[in-house]
Amino acid sequence: MPKHTQIPAATAAPPSASSAPPIRLPTALPITVNGKPYFHEGDPAMPLLWFLRDSLRLTGSKYGCDNGQCGACSVLLDGKAVRACSLPMSAIANKSVTTIEGIEAATLHPVQQAWIEADAIQCGYCQSGQIIAAIDLLKRKPRPGEEDIASIGNLCRCGSHPQIRRAIARAAELLQGDKK
Amino acid sequence: MSAPFNAGRRRFLAISLTGSGALLLAPALLAAPTANVPPELLGEDYTGVGPFLRIERDNRIVIGAPACEVGQGVFTDLPMLIAEELDLDWSQVRVLQLPYGGAGNDFPRGSPGSDATSMAVRSFLRQAGANARWLLLQAAAREWNLPAESLRTQAGEVIASDGRKLSYGALARSAAAIAPPATAPTPKAESAFTIIGKPTLTADAREIVTGRRRFGIDHYGPGALVAVIARCPQLGGSLLRFDDGEARKVAGVIDVIELPKTAAAAQVAGIAVLARHSWAALQARDLLEIEWQAAAGEGESSAALIAAAHAALDAADGGIAVRSDGEPVRIRKQPARHRLESRYELPFLAHAVMEPPNALIEINQDGARLVASVQDPEGATKLIASLTGLRGEDITIELPRGGGSFGRRLDNDYVAEAVVVAKAAGKPVKLMWTRSDDLQHDRYRPLSVHALAASLDGHNRIAAWSHRCAATPLDARTPNAGLLEAQAFPAGFVAHLEQRFHPLSTNLPLAGGAWLDALRAFAVECFIDELAVISRQDAVKMRLAMLEDAKAPATIHGVERTRLTQVLRRCAQRIDWTTPRTDGRGLGIACHAGGGGSFAHAFEVAVEGGQLRILRAVCVADIGRTINPRNAQEQVAGATLDGLAATLHQAITLKDGRVQQHNLQDYPLLRLGLSPRSTEIEIIDSTADAVDPALASASAGPALANAVYAATTVRVRKLPLLPELMRLL
Repeated sequence: MPKHTQIPAATAAPPSASSAPPIRLPTALPITVNGKPYFHEGDPAMPLLWFLRDSLRLTGSKYGCDNGQCGACSVLLDGKAVRACSLPMSAIANKSVTTIEGIEAATLHPVQQAWIEADAIQCGYCQSGQIIAAIDLLKRKPRPGEEDIASIGNLCRCGSHPQIRRAIARAAELLQGDKK
Repeated sequence: MSAPFNAGRRRFLAISLTGSGALLLAPALLAAPTANVPPELLGEDYTGVGPFLRIERDNRIVIGAPACEVGQGVFTDLPMLIAEELDLDWSQVRVLQLPYGGAGNDFPRGSPGSDATSMAVRSFLRQAGANARWLLLQAAAREWNLPAESLRTQAGEVIASDGRKLSYGALARSAAAIAPPATAPTPKAESAFTIIGKPTLTADAREIVTGRRRFGIDHYGPGALVAVIARCPQLGGSLLRFDDGEARKVAGVIDVIELPKTAAAAQVAGIAVLARHSWAALQARDLLEIEWQAAAGEGESSAALIAAAHAALDAADGGIAVRSDGEPVRIRKQPARHRLESRYELPFLAHAVMEPPNALIEINQDGARLVASVQDPEGATKLIASLTGLRGEDITIELPRGGGSFGRRLDNDYVAEAVVVAKAAGKPVKLMWTRSDDLQHDRYRPLSVHALAASLDGHNRIAAWSHRCAATPLDARTPNAGLLEAQAFPAGFVAHLEQRFHPLSTNLPLAGGAWLDALRAFAVECFIDELAVISRQDAVKMRLAMLEDAKAPATIHGVERTRLTQVLRRCAQRIDWTTPRTDGRGLGIACHAGGGGSFAHAFEVAVEGGQLRILRAVCVADIGRTINPRNAQEQVAGATLDGLAATLHQAITLKDGRVQQHNLQDYPLLRLGLSPRSTEIEIIDSTADAVDPALASASAGPALANAVYAATTVRVRKLPLLPELMRLL
């Protein structure tokens, strides 16, 4: 039985720029989330999803299936889309995670903007994961073809697929525009 | 469509002022302080209830959304009605979710789940906006000493004929002091609409794409423990014994509770694990050692149900006569040019909402606060009252955005569980269902087998038709309800017709809704396609010949048949039906009238190397009056893809009294790659009452199966389609 303790959100909170570095317990796992450093002092087998949601209250990454099928929990791990429900904390020590809350900079990310313009919402539950998947795809394939789009494994129950397809096309345009 | 104005204060909307001078609009009731109004809507000295509208001095406008958003668009569409009548610019509106309950906010709501389409709700909200506009006009008239009739409103301002303007924000304070009119102001003429009928984006889209919008599962109550329940996996089974020794050792676990049997709740035996956080609760549940007692007798199985269905359909008689016209026995006896019999098998289905059910509840002696996406908050309130002994007015429900419903959130079973666990624990509880819980313990779509038979006369018209259906009914009193309907097409269109229903017995909990139409439509619309094929007729022309026969009834299931022919013709035109497809491509079409709406689908598909590709989908739908054409299109597109997903690859199966599906690898949802490459939705401009767009799923499945036949000459009569197609190819 692994000993499981959880750092409460308050102590897991990142230090401000001026404060001293956080005290690192011997067993703590360092992880960067949306550019901020955290330590996880608890069950190293705990999936990243529950650390994000329950500890950090970053609830934009959604629970959908807990076995990597649906993609509602997608986050970027060192820039690549992964399923947070299937990644134990031990696997992401010293790595950098970006959640949907960390995508927006001074303005909306072009993929987020495209999602709004295409109204790719409906119930909205899968869309943060869809956006993460599209960011990853468009980085690799700036002009995605049908096979590339079909490679996105994220599920949607509402049938917002036509809007998601339009959003991906629009995001590709916006990203191309950015480069010009 | 002006609303009847119920005299007196009850239905008029009172205006009151907050300490900060903001104008609030609310149903005027015997006002009592209320705790359930969002702070953003509530001024410090406000004592009204259920506000719809807040006008700030700087003319920022907040409109309250009265129904639970689960993807059907009510959070955007219903506030559009108020904004329209108030002559606002939609861009100046911010929408906030209203809670349900507490002392008041008594305004009309649709029957559970119908808020988006209820004409009574629409009328009421428009009247609310018209009433507020009237008060603002009176305030401006007094200010300028001009007759109110000489003033107009636009984009949140009152404008005098000489061009002077006053913002609503500037008028709010004086408007609040004006007495309501003796008769309700007349809402706008449709020709003057600037918001209703205009494609409008989802009001909270920005919050959703940035991950900030909180769904039910994203709420963490102060001191609330996370609860997960181990439920008996066996239909009708019970708990024999359990050992929670290992589970309790998990750090963060607070308690393990056997669910008390409660008449209103625990249909399923279960053990709740309560923990400080989700992972501890989930881990501990896995460590419970439980012995379940199976129900007596042989466990139910889908295979046995289907065998029983075929046996019932093989028998010459039996079952319940739903409709009998002429002499349907002619199908067998009369010499006919063409005769055909086919059977279609449709499995149980699950709702599989993207966000599994969850509920956060705090109960104390004074009241209860539920945070849960529920589409029947009135039913939830009654349920909580019955389980706690609290009064209904002491129960409030916050309605967070819900990750899908499709009818699932009409059932308050998960609310009941949360109450039972919270009472037993004596603590606030956040009950979470996992995906496995959701697939294993849903309320399922009935299983059905349909035996269709018909004969065609010398003119290739359907002379006799028989539809016998064996299915697990929802309702013992009218077992055929929804599954086989006496007024559904083609009843009335064929001289010799019989419909018989054979109820099958199951202990699996079932749910009705739009998917019942999809069962009937799949059998009927595939069979008509089969008849067209054997008689070498065009499937569109054959349907139109039936539908436009002068002797045929004027309505189908309450829908004028001309509305069905209109969508069918238009759909055929859009898919370019008369141009033959080659190279392994095929076109399929189907139509459906039900629930007041009419729908036609056409698909172009290709099957290559064992892979089905859906190249193009067209749906033309008449869903009555729409508020937001963009949302109407998305809803019909959603129903289209729902019909596709269910037809392609979804099935819940029973074996040994257990549901065999545990997660999404067993019950696939639609991925982008299988979704149509192009989806075109056309909504017919209609003045009929609004219709649930989910009914559009009904014609999608048969149109797909018909297209697959056209592409492959393989007729799939057993769902799900993909595995069956691969077996037959």
